[in-house]
Amino acid sequence: MTTDVITPASVPSLWRLARLDYDAVRARPVLLYPEGAVFLNETGRAILELCDGQRSVAEIAATLGARYDADVASDVAEYLAELVARELIDVR
Amino acid sequence: MSADLPTTLLAELTHRCPLHCPYCSNPLELVRAERELATDDWLRVLDQARALGVLQLGLSGGEPLVRRDLETIATHARGLGFYTTLVTSGLGLTRSRAEVLRDAGLEHIQISIQDADTVSAERIAGVASVRQKLAAAALVRELGFAFSINVVLHRANIDHVGALIDLAAALGADRLELANTQYYGWGLRNRAALMPTREQVDAAEKVVRSAKEQHRGRLRITYVLPDYHGIYPKPCYGGWGRSYIVVTPDGAALPCHGATGISGIHFDSVRDQSLEWIWRESPAFNAYRGEAWMKSPCRDCARRSVDFAGCRCQAFALTGDAAATDPVCALAPGRPLIDTAVAESEGETVYQYRDYRQADGSSAIRTSVTR
Repeated sequence: MTTDVITPASVPSLWRLARLDYDAVRARPVLLYPEGAVFLNETGRAILELCDGQRSVAEIAATLGARYDADVASDVAEYLAELVARELIDVR
Repeated sequence: MSADLPTTLLAELTHRCPLHCPYCSNPLELVRAERELATDDWLRVLDQARALGVLQLGLSGGEPLVRRDLETIATHARGLGFYTTLVTSGLGLTRSRAEVLRDAGLEHIQISIQDADTVSAERIAGVASVRQKLAAAALVRELGFAFSINVVLHRANIDHVGALIDLAAALGADRLELANTQYYGWGLRNRAALMPTREQVDAAEKVVRSAKEQHRGRLRITYVLPDYHGIYPKPCYGGWGRSYIVVTPDGAALPCHGATGISGIHFDSVRDQSLEWIWRESPAFNAYRGEAWMKSPCRDCARRSVDFAGCRCQAFALTGDAAATDPVCALAPGRPLIDTAVAESEGETVYQYRDYRQADGSSAIRTSVTR
């Protein structure tokens, strides 16, 4: 899977079976889904919180770019492409 | 050897089950109902598991719906924040129980399917069950649960993977797990009747590969490889005592569901010890942690950190030595045992059905023959 599944106009959403949560034992955000868990850093959590099936990748990158005062477009696209390859993110 | 934090607990609530599947990984010696843990024991185990770092909870069996306290256990699990999967045959999932489970916050239900056509499915299950399974599947879909279908693959159904994938899609499943049989417990006893041929395995893999792409984004298909037909062993739960805990119906805590058979190891019970002590301190969970216990060829092998010498339970079941290299490995001294078993994939299919009523081994085991 390459990053071209993600374009600025793509609208990502979490897989219906996946749930974003916080693990107090490890003190880390985590994405839970059947028989799996992905431990996230703060950036990952921030990206996935914005994957609401409404915002486009460009809008997510703009929101986070403003928050961190940096150009995060390629980082966001790369991160989401990896999760699309793992079938944890759907895009339309 | 310090322990990582576990991520997954498989709670085998009971060995009672309306099905008699010959591939069942439950041990030949099934736990009787009067030996099962009480509700309070399970609630305590869930508290301890979450405090220890477990996130994934499987409520399994046997058939977990046999337990009348399943709803209480599921409610407690949701309160603790687990991602909980009910692993069920579908039998016993009435509308009223399903609605209570949904209201309790249960997220995910996995229903087993034995084959795509009724006659074959019921011969494998050893009981009329298809109508109830299809009704349960429709209910799970209607009530909005996350929905998986699990099919254990073997000689009698592996040629039907295409039809099984179509069935899962038609039932509206989110996820389909096609799992080649792992030979533990009843599955090991029935190995000669279950073993597919290499041609069957190769043909199924082709079908699954193209179906995965075809269904991408709608039905997630997971394919569990047939380890006997490979050249490397499976990295059993990422290594002994690294992420996974099974608790049996009578409370024994195991690093792998096949471990009860390993002689010479005492598996402590959650009746007597905390899960934390069992995980961190017990001799059983420390027995095969790390690499110091490994023998040749594993201890010098570059793959020892990839597959952890394979499954300890399989090594014990087939060689009598739980520290041996899993015989599935092409480099293992025990590999001829696997080649011989794979060569048994011809001939008639006679099942020795898993039968709870005969768990004491006192009466004749029911068998079935087809060619």
